[in-house]
Amino acid sequence: MKIGVVKGSVVASAKHPIYNGHRLLLVEPIDHLGNKSGAGFVAIDQVQAGPGDKVIYVDEGNSARTVLNDPKAPARAVLIAIVDRINVEAGS
Amino acid sequence: MNFGRVTGTIVCSQKLEGFDGEKLLLVQPLDENMQPKGRELVATDVVQAGPGDLVFFETGREAAIALENHWNVSDATVMAIIDAVNREDGR
Repeated sequence: MKIGVVKGSVVASAKHPIYNGHRLLLVEPIDHLGNKSGAGFVAIDQVQAGPGDKVIYVDEGNSARTVLNDPKAPARAVLIAIVDRINVEAGS
Repeated sequence: MNFGRVTGTIVCSQKLEGFDGEKLLLVQPLDENMQPKGRELVATDVVQAGPGDLVFFETGREAAIALENHWNVSDATVMAIIDAVNREDGR
């Protein structure tokens, strides 16, 4: 799993049916200190996250299919949690 | 799923059986600011996207599962044509 921050949402009318009924969010990966660590991408929301929320996401197909409860879902990036706090031990 | 811009189409008369009937698009991956990120790639298509369209695409095994016959071969598939990206971080 990786850490990201929700930066917005994506609207698409013409899309693969797997996305019907799901919110598509623009997510930017961050490191544990909150610094941007990669390019933004689109993920399927499963935790009602909103802009500004730090989130945990899976970026792996079998995990996404398990979360979406659909063995044929062609999806890979799915939000699985909203972060309350990240505790980093001193010296790391 | 990653952002991309469809920059063209590719015609191939000679190809693997699994690609019959599959449209091949040239896609430039983009970052969240819609700037080019990396090299162009070739993708299959399930939403009738065309040159100029802002899209998002899936890679890996999921790209093949998205096709009608998911035993077909693909490692990149255009999954949606984007109407709007609503940024809510002041930009």
